[in-house]
Amino acid sequence: MSRRVTGPEIERLIQLLARLPGLGPRSARRAALQLVKKRDQLLIPLAEAMAVAAQKVTTCSCCGNVDTADPCAVCTDPQRDRSVIVVVEDVADLWALERAGAIDALYHVLGGTLSPLDGIGPDDLDIAGLVERAAQGEVREVILAVNATVDGQTTAHYVTDRLQGFGIRVSRLAHGVPVGGELDYLDEGTLTAAIRARQPF
Amino acid sequence: MLQPGNTLQLTWRARLESHLGMFTAELVTARAARLIDSRSGVLALQTLAAHLRYLAERDPHPALYETGRVILDHLDEETSAARLMVRFEMALLDELGFGLDLSKCASTGRRDDLVYVSPKSGRAVSREAGAPWADRMLPLPAFLLQGGEAGTDDVLAGFDLTGHFLVRHLAEPRAVPLSPARDQFLRQFRAANARSG
Repeated sequence: MSRRVTGPEIERLIQLLARLPGLGPRSARRAALQLVKKRDQLLIPLAEAMAVAAQKVTTCSCCGNVDTADPCAVCTDPQRDRSVIVVVEDVADLWALERAGAIDALYHVLGGTLSPLDGIGPDDLDIAGLVERAAQGEVREVILAVNATVDGQTTAHYVTDRLQGFGIRVSRLAHGVPVGGELDYLDEGTLTAAIRARQPF
Repeated sequence: MLQPGNTLQLTWRARLESHLGMFTAELVTARAARLIDSRSGVLALQTLAAHLRYLAERDPHPALYETGRVILDHLDEETSAARLMVRFEMALLDELGFGLDLSKCASTGRRDDLVYVSPKSGRAVSREAGAPWADRMLPLPAFLLQGGEAGTDDVLAGFDLTGHFLVRHLAEPRAVPLSPARDQFLRQFRAANARSG
């Protein structure tokens, strides 16, 4: 039986850190030790930053992004093309697309995907909010940037159905060879999708 | 790779049988990537996957597996997919002990002119014997007896038939409703057939 080497406050810190994605109990222990050792440079500023974030972070009532303002910085950015909405499953996907800087458009976070197996239906996602935005008339195109999974594509087909009748172009991300990907290592389905989505060169 | 519709070769390894162990997965047949492009394909896939939740764990059903494998290879052909799905639902009922008896009329024993199924017993009923209760009988589409091609109405009648018994024997007793994907698939099937005239 291992003996306790720290007080309950540090143990609690370790337990909470271990709940973060990518951190197990051992790495959480290392992170906690680092925080405690660098109390002034790391622990106190981090605690303050987290307290401020906890107080101010909110979900954007328009797109579902998380920010400290509502509407969020993306929705209020005047430089963005307001006629295009990129539909994503999760905030992490929105941030990934923003990191890539691939498009200057607005977003809409669905909050998941339709999954009959897991009992997630249309009412559990923010599809009504998207339809409401589409109905306002300013939107010309909706890009479905959902995962290339069965659940993701089920959601994409459902959203496409719901957007019918608004005169909006609905497109989706291409499926195929990833940059840096070697054909020999790709599955047959991905290769078939890549051949189908080939482009003039 | 771990998507409904794909066939995988799974190898489980553990030091002792009681251990959690670890699986290694090798993709054998990739179907999901092909099927996700088709609206009816994903809905059919979701429906089949949801149906399999009615099977008990650690209870192999080799016949159903084979039926499923054949059906998955044809799910992107909308016309045959619906017909095959009715067959799959029949096979599912059969595997779980609620198979329909379509071999002869429950009332007269006749083996021809079978056009109804009793909603209570799940047995076929001939046109003559079922006539007085025709409004309460479930229509029996001919393709379920003789095989071959089936029209839109026949396929929808097939889904009504299997749907009735799936709800009665599986969904209601277990309080696990049929997947909404099934209804969406049927709506899509009706719409596609209405468009094609």
